[in-house]
Amino acid sequence: MSRTSYREALREAMREALARDPRVFLMGEDVGRYGGTFAVSKGLVDEFGEQRVRDTPLSELAFVGAGIGAALGGMRPIVEVMTVNFCLLALDQLMNTAATLRHMSGGQFSVPLVVRMTTGAGRQLAAQHSHSLEGWLAHIPGLKILAPATLEDARGMLWPALEDPDPVLLFEQGALYNVEGELDETEVVGIRSARVRRAGSDLTLIAYGGTLAKALEAAEQLAGEGISAEVIDLRVLRPLDDATIMESVRRTRRALVVDEGWRSGSLAAEIIARIVEQAFFDLDAPPARVCSAEVPTPYAKHLEDAALPQVPAIVAAARGLLGR
Amino acid sequence: MIEFRMPSLGADMDAGTLLQWQVAPGDAVHRGQVVAVVDTAKAAVEIECWQEGRVFELLIQPGDKVPVGTPIATLLEAGGSAETAPRRPAPVAARKAAQPQTPNPPPAATPGAAPATRTRITPVARQRAAELGIDAATLTGTGPQGAVTLADVEAVATQKPAVQPATAQDRHAAMRQAIAAAMSRSKREIPHYYLSETVPMAVALAWLAAYNAELPPERRLLPGVLVLKAVALALGDYPQLNGYWIDGAFRPGPGIHLGVAVALRQGGLIAPALHDVASKPLPQLMEELGDLVQRARSYSLRSSELSEATLTVTQLGDQGVDGVFGVIYPPQVALVGVGRIAERPWVEDGRVCALACAQFSLAADHRASDGHYGASFLAEVRRRLQQPDSL
Amino acid sequence: MDDAQLRREVLTALQGIAPEVEPATLRGDRPLRDEVDLDSMDWLRFLAALHQRLGVNIPEADYQQLTTLNVLLAYLQRRLAAG
Repeated sequence: MSRTSYREALREAMREALARDPRVFLMGEDVGRYGGTFAVSKGLVDEFGEQRVRDTPLSELAFVGAGIGAALGGMRPIVEVMTVNFCLLALDQLMNTAATLRHMSGGQFSVPLVVRMTTGAGRQLAAQHSHSLEGWLAHIPGLKILAPATLEDARGMLWPALEDPDPVLLFEQGALYNVEGELDETEVVGIRSARVRRAGSDLTLIAYGGTLAKALEAAEQLAGEGISAEVIDLRVLRPLDDATIMESVRRTRRALVVDEGWRSGSLAAEIIARIVEQAFFDLDAPPARVCSAEVPTPYAKHLEDAALPQVPAIVAAARGLLGR
Repeated sequence: MIEFRMPSLGADMDAGTLLQWQVAPGDAVHRGQVVAVVDTAKAAVEIECWQEGRVFELLIQPGDKVPVGTPIATLLEAGGSAETAPRRPAPVAARKAAQPQTPNPPPAATPGAAPATRTRITPVARQRAAELGIDAATLTGTGPQGAVTLADVEAVATQKPAVQPATAQDRHAAMRQAIAAAMSRSKREIPHYYLSETVPMAVALAWLAAYNAELPPERRLLPGVLVLKAVALALGDYPQLNGYWIDGAFRPGPGIHLGVAVALRQGGLIAPALHDVASKPLPQLMEELGDLVQRARSYSLRSSELSEATLTVTQLGDQGVDGVFGVIYPPQVALVGVGRIAERPWVEDGRVCALACAQFSLAADHRASDGHYGASFLAEVRRRLQQPDSL
Repeated sequence: MDDAQLRREVLTALQGIAPEVEPATLRGDRPLRDEVDLDSMDWLRFLAALHQRLGVNIPEADYQQLTTLNVLLAYLQRRLAAG
């Protein structure tokens, strides 16, 4: 065990990858001399040089495309996109190129690209920097979508992502960067499955990324009321780990999805649809969800708080599932 | 605040065991709505509420046995609120009220508390109920949107043996005791007088045969229904036989509700009421009688059916006896017995012929009526049965 | 409908009215209404159940002849065959 932060864990993962494999390099806006907008890559340019930690022009379309080209050429690029909102500028590259090349080339080309980006709200960065669009990207076949919510996943997901022959998108919830704790270095981190972060028997809270901590806090409060909540950390948003979800929901018979995305057409909607498809006859309550209010994320602190899934709303929805 | 009390479901009942609530705090209740199921010595009976209001608090739990007259729930009168009601320590109601108004996640798209047109049962509860042979639709749901949940089903499954008489023998023994108590009281308190009259049934049977000829079995009438209607119409003319003897005085019945003696297959007897017999057409009576007999035999009668009969009719003739002189079911004041309908020698115009007849008897309470009155009543029954068209 | 099938249908209808009936101990050659203790209401409900299951409407005029289970089965088989 060692004391660290989510930000440092991500940096450590990149440092390890850069040291371990000469094909790995990092590029993005301000990742070099400035050390990254969120200081994740701070110090790496001094250690590995400007060839391997590269500042790019302000064009997501261009540098994501360059990353795809590098991956096709045999490199293992890590591309940092400042926030998920800006990745929309690169959506053509992500969707029409990275996600499709293996299929369109009949399996001749792989795109072993990793794109890291910040997602989510909670830091008063307003509507252009605060949305949770990972659900959109999780809609696209050909991409793998990861959402590290713990120190261990922040530290451990990058390497298997780089080893994956296909494009992997890593979503870092911005409010997590400063989270500190003890990192369990013995934990083996894979990128295939969801994990049960807290065992329980009365209902299953399904969360990921920024909502995991809230779900765990809600579970703790619920325990005080005699309600035993199991908490699943999805970790992998595409492909979804149905088996872990269904195993849990069949046992607890109640499901509540906590998703920072907007409700309509959300990842939460997809998860509930799967639960209803696969576990309908085991349900003892209609599945429920707590999502963000369907507004552009507000800037004002009290409005931003009100727009996001919060612990009291999760607790109330959980009670509702038990008829309380 | 209205106190809802354990009702008396007959002279022989002094206490009842709650089997199940069919309402929960906060539910609106209407006149005649079934609110609970209570086990008497005789049967599991659906208890109706005769007031309008909203359930405030349930004072007893399934399994509790309380004397008749004990408050078992409190209701808020229509328009009343919990704030105006005196508070009792009410953990359930209090907790509900104390909860903050949370924006329960389903938004406009999902109906929050749509009018419950049918009982909501969760998929797993439905499945489990089917396995256990429980009718989940009769349970009170505690889940989201009032749904019956797995826990509700399993609670009933586990409490059933504890709350209900454990075996058919137990129920049988309890019923024997109940009958013993009522009949002893009757013979101890009621000075019976008995009359009998042979009633020609040929006209009624011929009318019935013609009526039934074109009909499928589902819609055919039984002679017993004609008898009930004739007795009810005659009672309209002889009201002193229709009612109760209570506290030293006769009280006329609130309507003509005939107790129909039903022999149970497992042994024992129950005489639930068929309401307002005089004013209902025969096909409706037949349908209600069939339903009543079936429910009596499956122990699922309603409280109004158990306590409201104003005169009992027993048609033991169906089992083959020539006649029956019954014991009045207190606090009623009369009982009509009907023997077997069969062809017997009959003298008419100085000649003997064979005629379908039945022996009708009247057992009546001499405190409430006299033999002359009773005889006129029986004659009126006889007269009515000769005019089946007007029944 | 073969005899075994018809017997099953009839016994199921009968058990709907009189749940205590044990098909194994029911004697087909004894008066049915004594064997099973059917009063007139039970009998009518039994006939209604047969009507629903088999589509055979037994008129009142035929009640008298339907004494035993065996007789009833033969009667129903005839009616079914006659369409």
